[in-house]
Amino acid sequence: MKKKVLTVDDSRTIRNMLLVTLNNAGFETIQAEDGIEGLEVLEGCNPDVIVTDINMPRLDGFGFIEGVRRNDKYRAIPILVLTTESDAEKKNRARQAGATGWIVKPFDPAKLIDAIERVTA
Amino acid sequence: MDMNEIKEIFFQECEEQLAELESGLLKLNDGDRDPETVNAVFRAVHSIKGGAGAFGLDDLVGFAHVFETTLDCVRSNKLEPNQDVLKVMLKSADVLADLVTASRDGGGVDEARSRGLVKELEALAHGEMPSAHAEVAKPAKAEAPKPSDDSGFQPIPFTFDGFDDDVPAAKGSVYEIGFKPRHDLYAKGNEAALLLRDLSKLGEMSVGCDMEQLPTLDKLDPEASYFSWKISLTTEKTEADIRSVFEFAEWDCDLDVKLAAAKPSDEELPMVPVPFDLSSLDDELGSDTKAADEAAAVVATEAAANVSKMAAAAARVEKKEAAAPAPAPAQAAATAAAGQTIRVDLDRVDRLINLVGELVINQAMLSQSVIENDASGTSAVNMGLEELQQLTREIQDSVMAIRAQPVKPVFQRMSRIVREVADMVGKQIRLVTEGENTEVDKTVIDKIAEPLTHMIRNAVDHGIESPEKREAAGKDPEGTIKLSAKHRSGRILIELIDDGGGINRERVKQKAIDNDLISPDANLSDEEIDNLIFAPGFSTADTISDISGRGVGMDVVKRSIQALGGRISISSRPGLGSTFTMSLPLTLAVLDGMVVTVAGQTLVVPLTAIVETLQPEASAIHSFGATQRLISIRNSFCPLVDVGRILNFRATQANPVEGVALLVESEGGGQRALMVDAIQGQRQVVIKSLEANYTHVPGIAAATILGDGRVALILDVDAVVAASRGQSLSPEMSLAATG
Repeated sequence: MKKKVLTVDDSRTIRNMLLVTLNNAGFETIQAEDGIEGLEVLEGCNPDVIVTDINMPRLDGFGFIEGVRRNDKYRAIPILVLTTESDAEKKNRARQAGATGWIVKPFDPAKLIDAIERVTA
Repeated sequence: MDMNEIKEIFFQECEEQLAELESGLLKLNDGDRDPETVNAVFRAVHSIKGGAGAFGLDDLVGFAHVFETTLDCVRSNKLEPNQDVLKVMLKSADVLADLVTASRDGGGVDEARSRGLVKELEALAHGEMPSAHAEVAKPAKAEAPKPSDDSGFQPIPFTFDGFDDDVPAAKGSVYEIGFKPRHDLYAKGNEAALLLRDLSKLGEMSVGCDMEQLPTLDKLDPEASYFSWKISLTTEKTEADIRSVFEFAEWDCDLDVKLAAAKPSDEELPMVPVPFDLSSLDDELGSDTKAADEAAAVVATEAAANVSKMAAAAARVEKKEAAAPAPAPAQAAATAAAGQTIRVDLDRVDRLINLVGELVINQAMLSQSVIENDASGTSAVNMGLEELQQLTREIQDSVMAIRAQPVKPVFQRMSRIVREVADMVGKQIRLVTEGENTEVDKTVIDKIAEPLTHMIRNAVDHGIESPEKREAAGKDPEGTIKLSAKHRSGRILIELIDDGGGINRERVKQKAIDNDLISPDANLSDEEIDNLIFAPGFSTADTISDISGRGVGMDVVKRSIQALGGRISISSRPGLGSTFTMSLPLTLAVLDGMVVTVAGQTLVVPLTAIVETLQPEASAIHSFGATQRLISIRNSFCPLVDVGRILNFRATQANPVEGVALLVESEGGGQRALMVDAIQGQRQVVIKSLEANYTHVPGIAAATILGDGRVALILDVDAVVAASRGQSLSPEMSLAATG
């Protein structure tokens, strides 16, 4: 069965890149544009892994991660954060919010897939 | 979708982000301190940087990074976004836009300028928080020991003493690894079994699970972490490689990696060493792993087989519960939440518009043939047709509305031009925009940008005076240019108002005389003098400046506006400023026209050009020279133009008394009376390009298909008027005769 990935990112460019990368790697991809939509979409799509950006309108990545971790049904889902190399502090905050791991932007497709494989069975 | 398409999307998105950035900065400039505004500005730059990184656009990334860093200072309230700061930021936004353009279309940017701004931005970031920049700019190397955080546990101190990251350990070194996950590791979605799986990929591994801590079932907390593992790994990899497996988990476990001196031997711990077989792990775990957490880890050890079965079963139940209340609407929710706008390829919209055009024509033809067969006009067919006509019109309007876009992006571009030009000429100017959300056809928007840019440059360069002059005249040293848009009677009205010195009529007139545009003794009204600036080859600046003197005059502006079916006029008050008014059609796809007959041909005259229609009387017609005739209308003379003659439909001029005169407004605001044989009526026609289907025909703007299926040509009023002038009137006289 295909693994299901939920991506949350407000940038259309990054969303498309994620979509292409993930689809090519044989994942089923569901996309949301910000944290609020991410939580809405999560309800029901039950992904195997979540990939989320940090800087987003309405609800940012930290809030989104906390929202997922608060949800009894979905709190065990691994969450990977898209972050930039220079954001050590952000990485820490994301971890405290409950992120499983991170992918450094600009992401390399191979690394993205590798990170997803690492946190999923 | 391939990378090129995504890149295209990226550049589209950049445009949006740049617009967002600029409007946000302008809001801040106006004193808005809403954190969401600052966030939006930050996000815009961040997004551009993120996308640019993905495409390796290093210049763009570099600049965006510095910009972002400074914006972050504003966001964290470390830098007050005052006027000076915002000035730098607005300029940076301009440079960012240039970099985006350069990345898309190739070509360079003003590097000195961008370097200068990088320095200014860095100074801002440094000045207010000295260490911030240095910290951010330096890539955060190695996620080695991090200071303790608030999550209630101490980081494990470990050192790399005696190990060098880059030097591989001796072939086949044996490592003893102690791994004890804490509750947090599982809470964050990490999974001991998966980490062990990854570790096993590094070499030959055997694992022992320590279950000492496991309490009896009645005391078991399903959320707690009870197991730890002893791993013996034979690998060529370094300790750093081993640790990198635990990269995501190192904060949430006790990890101990030692190079074993000798062959690993079982220790005093009561554990069962088992060969770690990845495939069997995967088989057993299946897809239940994720929810199973500790249970999954238990599976790894054969000793705990029974517990494993229990836990796995429990996990399955849990999983089912999780899946049960998640019915079909999931997918719907995913798509429905996507927002209130959709993006559609322009070609599709254009195709729809063309089809609706055909529909309108078809409906008109149908109506006509029904009317021909049913003169009474009362049959049910007739009534149905009327409804059809109404519906068609509504569909047409709705389709046109799809192409309609707010003028906002164009207006926003103007604020940048004002900034730049004002900077260059040392003036202080504020651009005020109004009615930015007024919508007009996309084609009109695309084509209005260039003339508008030119007019704005002119207004800044020539319209607004220098601060000293303004102060001397008792005005605010900061000049104001107002750009407004509104709908008026089916057209869009764009006004450009400056509070500068107004047109210097003396100088304009002198210039026109010097350039042989008017004769020295011509007697012109103020309005006529103002309109001279639209005359071809006119430039008022004493010295042609770098800014507006680029070989494009207001005549070009006027021509491009007219090419859009628009009109432009100026009114000016000395000392108080000038107002340029442009009136443009809302769409270029349909046209309200007057259908007329000329020498047996059916022509359409755009209704917007027609001021009035009249039936000339013989007494009102006066001959002027050999061929020219004038018509006297309310005590003023207006040249008569026989359309049939100009278009060569007939060899000699028709008798004006037998036809109808259409009084039209032409270039320079002057009027002409166009003679046609008869008027058939008014109707909305769908414009079909002649150039696209045939070739350009002088005097004809386009074609259309009428209700009876015949093709009718749409008259290019200005070209016809220009042709009539070239035929008989000298330039001076034509100007003197206008108005």
